[in-house]
Amino acid sequence: MKIGITCPYSWDVPGGVQQHIRDLAEALIDEGHDVSVISPADDDTPLPPYVTGAGRAVPVPYNGSVARLSFGFLSVSRVRRWIKDGNFDVLHVHEPEIPSLSLLACWVASGSIVATFHTAIPRSRVLLVTYPVVRTGLEKINGRIAVSEAARTTLVEHIGGDAVVIPNGVATRRYRKAEPLPGWPGSGGAIGFLGRLDEPRKGLQVLLKAFEVLGQERPGLRLLIAGPAADPGDVLDRVPAALRDRVVLLGQVSEEDKVRVLHSVDVFCSPNTGGESFGIVTAEAMAAGVPIVASDIEAFRRVLRGGEAGELFTTGDAGDLARAAGRLLDDLARRAALSAAARLAVADYDWSVVARSVLSVYETVVLGSTQVAVTASGGEFG
Amino acid sequence: MITDIVIVIAAALFIGVYVSWRAGRIDRLHARVDMAQAALDATLLRRSSVALELATSGLLDPATSLLLASAVHGTRQGGAGGMGPPGGDSDRPRDLAESDLTRALRAAFSQPDFRASIDGKEGADELLAEVEAAAHQVFLARKFYNDVVAATREARHRPLARVLRLSGRARAPEFFEMDDSLVAENTGAPLGR
Repeated sequence: MKIGITCPYSWDVPGGVQQHIRDLAEALIDEGHDVSVISPADDDTPLPPYVTGAGRAVPVPYNGSVARLSFGFLSVSRVRRWIKDGNFDVLHVHEPEIPSLSLLACWVASGSIVATFHTAIPRSRVLLVTYPVVRTGLEKINGRIAVSEAARTTLVEHIGGDAVVIPNGVATRRYRKAEPLPGWPGSGGAIGFLGRLDEPRKGLQVLLKAFEVLGQERPGLRLLIAGPAADPGDVLDRVPAALRDRVVLLGQVSEEDKVRVLHSVDVFCSPNTGGESFGIVTAEAMAAGVPIVASDIEAFRRVLRGGEAGELFTTGDAGDLARAAGRLLDDLARRAALSAAARLAVADYDWSVVARSVLSVYETVVLGSTQVAVTASGGEFG
Repeated sequence: MITDIVIVIAAALFIGVYVSWRAGRIDRLHARVDMAQAALDATLLRRSSVALELATSGLLDPATSLLLASAVHGTRQGGAGGMGPPGGDSDRPRDLAESDLTRALRAAFSQPDFRASIDGKEGADELLAEVEAAAHQVFLARKFYNDVVAATREARHRPLARVLRLSGRARAPEFFEMDDSLVAENTGAPLGR
C-alpha cells in the first residue's frame, strides 16, 4: 500500500506526535508498505529517507504558547506537489485541527483520508471560533483515529462524529539493548526512576520515602533518577543527609540515554499515584527487560498483567514499596523470571501490533473512497 | 492689623484655589485616561474584527486562517492585566493576547511574496489595507493612552497631591505595553510589499 503521512510539527524538535509518526512509519515500512512522510524541518536537518522536508517551520503564537508550524501558500504548494507525486492509496494526516501541514493536506487533497487526533483540548471555545475555518478540511476525512479515550472525547464533544481509539505503541526494538551507564548498576544494587520529579502524580516522593528504609538496610544500594524538575535541589533536600550521595539525579535525558538508564538498574520503579492512562514509561522499561515494581493503579495492573510481569505494591504506600523492592533485590531468579515475562507481555503493545490496527483502518477507508489526488483548484476556501 | 488679616485670608484663599485647581487637574487627567482607554479599546476591537474578517475571507490558506482566528479568539478572551478586563474569563492577560495577534498577523504578512499570492483576488487589497490601517490605529491609540497615563501618574506623584490625597479613591492608571508593530524588527520595511 502506498501511504502518505503528514506531520504538523517540526521534525527536528522532539515531541510526542513526531515520535508517534516516526514509529508508525517505520513499523509500516517493516511490514513492506511504501511510506512517505512530509514534515516541517530545517533545511540542514538530516532526515530519514522516507521523510520529505516541507521547509522551515515558523514560530507563531498559538493557543497561548509559541508553536513551530508550517502554513502559508508556499507550504500549500509543497504539500500539493508531494501528494501529486506520491500517488498514495491513503493519506494519513496527524492533528488536522492544528494550523499546519495536515490541515493544508486535507484542504488540497481528495480521496481516502485518515486522520489521527492526539490531543485532548480542554478549552472548547477556541474550537467554536476556529471550527468554521477548518470544517471544509475536516469534512473530507473518511476515517478517524484517536490515540486515547480523552482525545476521542474531545473530538466527539467539539467536532462531532466518532473515532476509533488506537493507543500509542512501544518501539520495543529500540529498548531491547543498550550499554549501561559507566559504573552502573554496581555491586550494591540500583533502583531506577524516570519521569517529572516535581509532579506528585508521578510518585517520586513515595520512592524517596521507601529509599529511606531501603538505603539504611542495604549500604550499597543506589537510586538513579532521570527526569526534568523546576528545582532539582529540592529532591535531594527530601533525602536524609546520610543517604544523599547515593541518590543520583541525571536531569532530563535524551532518548538514547533513557534506554541506557533502563539498562543501568536492577529494579525499575513506577510509583505513580494516578493520572496514567497507559504508562508508556513502564511499558518501555518492560521492553528493556528490567524487573519492575509498580504501584497498583489500573493502568499498571493492566500492562503488567495483574502482577505476572512485574511486582505491584499498594499505591502510595512507601513501606509496601520498600518490602516489594527489597524482595526483588534479594531474589535473582525472581528478577530473571519477571524480566522474561515483561518482555513477553509488552509485545502486545509493540508498534508492529499498533501498525496492523492502523492498517485495518486504511483498508476500510480505501474500500469506500477513491485514490488520493489533488483537487483541481486546490480548494476554494469557505 | 487689618492688613495682616487680609493677607492671611488672601493667602488661605489663594492656597485653597490652588489646591482645588490641582485636584481638578488630576481629576481631568483621570477623565482623559478613561477616554484614551476607551479609544484604545475600540481600536483593539476593530483590529480583532478586521483580522477575523481576513481569517474567514477565504483569501488565505486554512492554516494561516486558523492561526489568525485563534489569535483573535485569544484577544476576545483576554482578561485581567494591562487595561483590565474587556469581559474576559481567561487566564491570559490582555496585553499578551493582543501581542499574540500582532505576531500572528506579522507571521502571515511576512511570508515571502505574500502580496503576490493574493494579488487580484476579489476584495484582497481593500481587506489588507483595512488590517494595516487598524493595526496602525492601535499603535497610535496606545501611544496616546500611554502619554496621558504618564502625565497622570506624574501629577499624582507630586508631594502636594500625595499629602493631600488629591486623587481621591481613583486608582493609578496602568501603562499598556504590547507588541503592536506589523513591521519585522530586522528589516525595518513594511511587510509583504
